[in-house]
Amino acid sequence: MSGGAQTVDLASASLRDLNAALHALPHDTNMTRWHVRNPDGRHAIAAGLTAPVRVEIDGHAGYYCAGMNMAATVIVRGNAGTGVAENMMSGRVHVLGDASQSAGASAHGGLLLIEGNAAARCGISLKGADIVVKGSVGHMSAFMAQSGTLAVFGDAGEGFGDSIYEAHLYVRGRVASLGADCIEKPMRDHHRAELLALLSEAGAAGAVDVGAFRRYGSARTLYTFHVDNAAAY
Amino acid sequence: MEATPHTPPRFSATFDPATLAEIRRAAATGIYDIRGAGTKRKLPHFDDLLFLGASISRYPLEGYRERCGTEVVLGARHAKRPITLKIPITIAGMSFGSLSAQAKEALGRGATLAGTSTTTGDGGMTDEERGHSQTLVYQVLPSRYGMNPDDLRRADAIEVVVGQGAKPGGGGMLLGQKISPRVAAMRTLPEGIDQRSACRHPDWTGPDDLEIKILELREITDWQKPIYVKVGASRPYYDTALAAKAGADVVVIDGMQGGTAATQDVFIEHVGIPTLAAIRPAVAALQELGLHRRVQLIVSGGIRSGADVAKALALGADAVSIGTAALVALGDNDPRYEADYQALGSTAGAYDDWHEGRDPAGITTQDAALSARLDPVLAGRRLANYLAVLTLETQAIARACGKSHVHNLEPEDLVALTIEAAAMAQVPLAGTNWIPGKATF
Repeated sequence: MSGGAQTVDLASASLRDLNAALHALPHDTNMTRWHVRNPDGRHAIAAGLTAPVRVEIDGHAGYYCAGMNMAATVIVRGNAGTGVAENMMSGRVHVLGDASQSAGASAHGGLLLIEGNAAARCGISLKGADIVVKGSVGHMSAFMAQSGTLAVFGDAGEGFGDSIYEAHLYVRGRVASLGADCIEKPMRDHHRAELLALLSEAGAAGAVDVGAFRRYGSARTLYTFHVDNAAAY
Repeated sequence: MEATPHTPPRFSATFDPATLAEIRRAAATGIYDIRGAGTKRKLPHFDDLLFLGASISRYPLEGYRERCGTEVVLGARHAKRPITLKIPITIAGMSFGSLSAQAKEALGRGATLAGTSTTTGDGGMTDEERGHSQTLVYQVLPSRYGMNPDDLRRADAIEVVVGQGAKPGGGGMLLGQKISPRVAAMRTLPEGIDQRSACRHPDWTGPDDLEIKILELREITDWQKPIYVKVGASRPYYDTALAAKAGADVVVIDGMQGGTAATQDVFIEHVGIPTLAAIRPAVAALQELGLHRRVQLIVSGGIRSGADVAKALALGADAVSIGTAALVALGDNDPRYEADYQALGSTAGAYDDWHEGRDPAGITTQDAALSARLDPVLAGRRLANYLAVLTLETQAIARACGKSHVHNLEPEDLVALTIEAAAMAQVPLAGTNWIPGKATF
């Protein structure tokens, strides 16, 4: 096999067959286009990829789709379950539907683009990746987010950015409530430029006005334990 | 004239001097005490068990002559590449960050010389420890600091950490003093700030999610690596059954004597159960599932001697893990640094302010000058020597009980010195056939 698109039908092939084939690809493979049929919500589809290939999943994916992705582009033509692109290092994961909890959890790099909504804890423990959610995000999103960027076109649920470190958060809609140590910060030119660059990378520049976003980040009052802050913990 | 008898000053057992001092400290500072190491209170422990040895009905094996096997295979349940250790004693997870790079290297060197594994910790894998550890277990922790799939693939086994014995239900703490530029970069955090490790995993909760998480880790590593699940001892029967059901190859149970880099003293002393009380329920869970010996059980928390190792194995563990004892073997709390300990307001043997990063022995520190005090080659040799002694002692007991492999030790080889130990270990009180809670007729 070489050249054209590879198709793996999970109605007949096993998840193991699919992932083993994808893991076996060298970085300079010419088998760069893959289609996964009948995913039927299976877990860990296209998890642990390391080669710069493009995998399109024709339907809904279960937990940890594209988990720990490196270099690959994974497209979910449906909804994604818990932990899509968790701990992603690089590459791009694009969910055309909605994403469940913990989307992009602890991701270190790459771009996670969600066309629909993301549930609770989107970007939890974020460590450097970029996440763009065109819908809204659920409660406790960006909890303990350390680094990276989360841009939300819609609303954010309660406890947004709780215990955040240095991640950059942008929300266009309403934030139900901010978590401990998360505050609204001024939106300056370089923040608008950063957001515009992210939206451009996500192919969404021009879809929304970056001037309509508000910026949130760490007040840094909880960085060093102090007993007078005990009520905040 | 005779002096009038008077009552000498008498301290309260409830409000003893240590308690009074802690109340004064709390009143002066307004913050709880944070420290390293494990529980310091006296607990029912392996000391409360004795081996019966051979007698007329059982014959022993000759020391130094007749073979007594010590090897252990971990992970054969699901992993394509199970690991084989020469001895049933492993080195527990301790992070680079809480420990100096020299200490991590020494642990790898010592474990490798002894033919056993060492384990990463919160904060990721360093090249030094990978390079010096023949068999390295990579921890997947709630914080996911430094979590890297390439490290997952270059590890020999994976340990999903749910909790640890010093603080079941608690996350980690690495205070700002130890966040050096290298530690900060590995953990994607600003330098010098207090760093808390999460107490829950970010992308799974509960046994059903854990099963899927384990599936993901297996898929990412192509089903090559053994996967451990580590829990702090609190509900060992249920936790072991749930971990096994979730697909673990190995279950690690860490009792409350197990150490920590930094946790509230109240947490260390009052949450979790003793190691002695955790083994039989965990073994029972595996036996009821038909998985005892197929899913390996590693027990840790307060293992100090070959007697402790032999007792843990006799109660049904496949291996033990050591942390605090390994640090002592490297040189932790060595009396030769007494003047330095005194300067820190402590004394050799009692020093536990590991979180402050000023360890005179160069182990629990990121200070360049202090950590340079630890020679990783020499310290690794000391650890290897200590592991050899633990193994020889374990074999000496096993041979005395007539066992050709340390795994042949069994509860029937043991009796208890106290009613508490008899109940917890479910072995008879010495000289009786009484196991509290069990019918004897």
